[in-house]
Amino acid sequence: MDALRREIQYESVRYVDYSVKSVFFGGGTPSILEASDIACVLDCLRQHYIFDKDVEITLEMNPGTADKDKLVRLKKAGINRLSIGLQSTDNIELKLLGRIHTYEDFLQTYYLARDAGFANINIDLMSALPGQTMESWLGTLERVTALCPEHISAYSLIIEEGTRLCDRLEEYPPVPDEDADRMMYQMTKQVLAGKGYQRYEISNYAKKGYACRHNTIYWQRGIDHIVNYVGFGLGASSLFRNVRWKNTGHMEEYLRVFAEYGQEGAEKMPHESVKQDVEKLSKKDWMEEFMFLGLRLMQGVSKQEFARSFGIGMDAVYGETLHRWIEQGMLAEEGDAVRLTDAGIDVSNVVLADFLLDDAIV
Amino acid sequence: MSNMDQSKIRNFCIVAHIDHGKSTLADRIIEKTGLLTSREMQDQILDNMELERERGITIKAQTVRTVYKAKDGNEYIFNLIDTPGHVDFNYEVSRALAACDGAILVVDAAQGIEAQTLANVYLALDHDLDVFPVINKIDLPSARPDWVKNEIEDVIGIEAQDAPLISAKNGVGIEEVLEAIVHKIPAPRGSVDNPLQALIFDSVYDSYKGVIVFCRIMEGKVSKGTRIRMMATGAAADVVEVGYFGAGQFIPCDELSAGMVGYLTASIKNVKDTAVGDTVTDAENPCAEPLPGYKKVLSMVYCGLYPADGAKYPDLRDALEKLQLNDASLFYEPETSVALGFGFRCGFLGLLHLEIIQERLEREYNLDLVTTAPGVVYKVYKTNGEMIELTNPSNLPDPSEIDYMEEPIVSAEIMVTTEFIGSIMELCQERRGRYLGMEYVEETRAVLRYELPLNEIIYDFFDALKSRSRGYASFDYDIKGYEQSELVKLDILINKEEVDALSFIVHKQSAYDRGRKMCEKLKDEIPRHLFEIPIQAAVGGKVIARETVKAMRKDVLAKCYGGDITRKKKLLEKQKEGKKRMRQIGNVEIPQKAFMSVLKLDDSK
Repeated sequence: MDALRREIQYESVRYVDYSVKSVFFGGGTPSILEASDIACVLDCLRQHYIFDKDVEITLEMNPGTADKDKLVRLKKAGINRLSIGLQSTDNIELKLLGRIHTYEDFLQTYYLARDAGFANINIDLMSALPGQTMESWLGTLERVTALCPEHISAYSLIIEEGTRLCDRLEEYPPVPDEDADRMMYQMTKQVLAGKGYQRYEISNYAKKGYACRHNTIYWQRGIDHIVNYVGFGLGASSLFRNVRWKNTGHMEEYLRVFAEYGQEGAEKMPHESVKQDVEKLSKKDWMEEFMFLGLRLMQGVSKQEFARSFGIGMDAVYGETLHRWIEQGMLAEEGDAVRLTDAGIDVSNVVLADFLLDDAIV
Repeated sequence: MSNMDQSKIRNFCIVAHIDHGKSTLADRIIEKTGLLTSREMQDQILDNMELERERGITIKAQTVRTVYKAKDGNEYIFNLIDTPGHVDFNYEVSRALAACDGAILVVDAAQGIEAQTLANVYLALDHDLDVFPVINKIDLPSARPDWVKNEIEDVIGIEAQDAPLISAKNGVGIEEVLEAIVHKIPAPRGSVDNPLQALIFDSVYDSYKGVIVFCRIMEGKVSKGTRIRMMATGAAADVVEVGYFGAGQFIPCDELSAGMVGYLTASIKNVKDTAVGDTVTDAENPCAEPLPGYKKVLSMVYCGLYPADGAKYPDLRDALEKLQLNDASLFYEPETSVALGFGFRCGFLGLLHLEIIQERLEREYNLDLVTTAPGVVYKVYKTNGEMIELTNPSNLPDPSEIDYMEEPIVSAEIMVTTEFIGSIMELCQERRGRYLGMEYVEETRAVLRYELPLNEIIYDFFDALKSRSRGYASFDYDIKGYEQSELVKLDILINKEEVDALSFIVHKQSAYDRGRKMCEKLKDEIPRHLFEIPIQAAVGGKVIARETVKAMRKDVLAKCYGGDITRKKKLLEKQKEGKKRMRQIGNVEIPQKAFMSVLKLDDSK
């Protein structure tokens, strides 16, 4: 905690001209921290940075990691949005997924959070789980929407290499096949739309006005959405001006660097060795990210903003690509916006990969 | 040195089945004759190309001269002429043998005689070489030297009771071999006073000296300044240098005379002028007749070679040009394919030769290649009386213009232990083999004789043979000639478009089976697209087999937040790179390797 506070303080000199729109406690299970620790970090941030009035402060939370008292104290500390990783309301599915919580644990946490005054809650869900059927998924959606959370993230499980699930897939009940998976995905959109949730990104749904401000920042790269985000702590990622980096994932290294930094010798700067994978973004990178991140949003990307951002028209750079995918029904053009169609979302990697440019072009 | 006493020269080679220890014995002979210190010895001196060492096969014959001080107190010159060890290079082997006066037959003490042992020893006996056997690998626990001796006498009919028992690997018994070379291999004959008559048995290209011709002087002599003529190709040149072969180097000398083995250079620019088997004579004082046995080398197997990256076409052309400098048996001419763009139709001695050239192009010249299905040369007799030699299936005339077609046939000998006779016969039957007969070489082993169409054995016959005999069968073949056959062109259609690079000629009977297997294989090789892709095999426009690559339904990153962007971008980049390595046919992307994987369609389960 000391090292984290020192990092926050030390780094603040770089960002004096900026104000904070959103704070997000995420990655791992930050909710296992004591409420006092969270409060302490927030206090430290407030001390060194200027917060906007309507700042969004989110805490990622696993069911069963906070009691009534803790939730009240978190609220009091300034947390105004919770993101709860439920995944499924089916306890067998949860167990197969390796989660230690049950649906009942979640319900308790959720009601306590409402009691504590949290008025903006997200629930994470997962489809295409081992053993999951369309019925059980619809059941999950039904039960969750009945709770009226403001925001729902619904991810389709992707089995990644190196995970236990991937290595021992045959020991699990069957994962829904691609057709079933896509059907679940389409149903999700319909069911949630019927309950007043608008899909605004590939996997994110929100009631009007409750789209996650924090995550939306990641997906927008144009001149109208100047993006800067700074991550603190082990393995945290940042993008500031045109440089992207990631903090070290080694605890010893992280502690060593920030231990050297004493309160008194503030001018004695700790070296930059915590920052890894430092990457300077070129115009080409910005263009690519404008497209492949922007297209994740249902509103799509704006041709005008592209032109104003890069001084060249979107068609001049991507005309052929746009035309091809529009023709195949994977992209749609509406006025100034280009967006993925429902069919395009299902195979979006294929489409988005096409927006990476050859070095020769730019 | 030039007036070397003929009686002190021994020109010989070593014949053996692959892996019986030919190269190792050669190394020991060189080592024991003291030409090199142990430190200078590379592990296997004769096989000096990287590729050869990895494959354990000698591709190009090489030769070395060593000096041996025998027990009789005399110094003997040993010219050890290396021979390639694979049937693809049979002709080269026969010319190398013709340069020798005798041969050492190496037989593995555990395995005994194999098909190649027989083929090579018969070839040596055909060239009137005196052959004496040595039994190698006697250090193996499974060695049965007495049994092998009897086998050699029974099967080959040469005296074997006093054969040296050696372990080339451990250097055991080498002295005995060296003495046997002196006593059992005859000294060369021929007179220095006769007109020059020298046999070319190999050549290499050197960028400074031009072609270096490896030759055995049968009659007469040659020295710097001699005006020479190649009797078959007619090329003439003035000799610039003559010399003999150190281990891995050329050592110039004043003169080569009858009985000697050495090299000559004459600023010759093209290996085609110095064909293996040709006779070199003195242009001013020619010999009456060329040496017998010269044959023009014919390519037996053809395939298309294309650069994976179309822009590398000039690089491929340069590389082929360079390889051909050293390999007169490599043929190439430009061709174009709708599917693959610009490339070359290349001719090879056999499938191994093809694979070697392909690997050398990829390794030494750093080229990424796409290879089309190899085929043989068909003779197409047209109704107008014309005959064309077909090397590229795409050039097959319209069926209405074809009277009949012929395909090359080989006579094959397969040596196999009796328990596998059934399954090997079955394999030959499947490959349209004609059974000629079977002989037992001993109680548990037999030689099967078959006539087989060459196009049935160039793909994967050898692999199939090995897998169906648990590695015990060995195989050797000779081209017999052409025979009329019912052949059809099998076309492959991907998403309704014919892919010329995948077409091949096949016997009518096998068309359905091969078509089906091709479709199955391609189905696995072609990645799923956003739409369904039919894969069809057709003969004369009639579809005979079909598979479908289902449309892709899901390829989406569910999550992508701040910390993921770099990683996810890399993922997309990888996806894009993968696409670049594919060939676009219509709107279908086909991976390069799909063009090659279809070469291996054996289904022995």
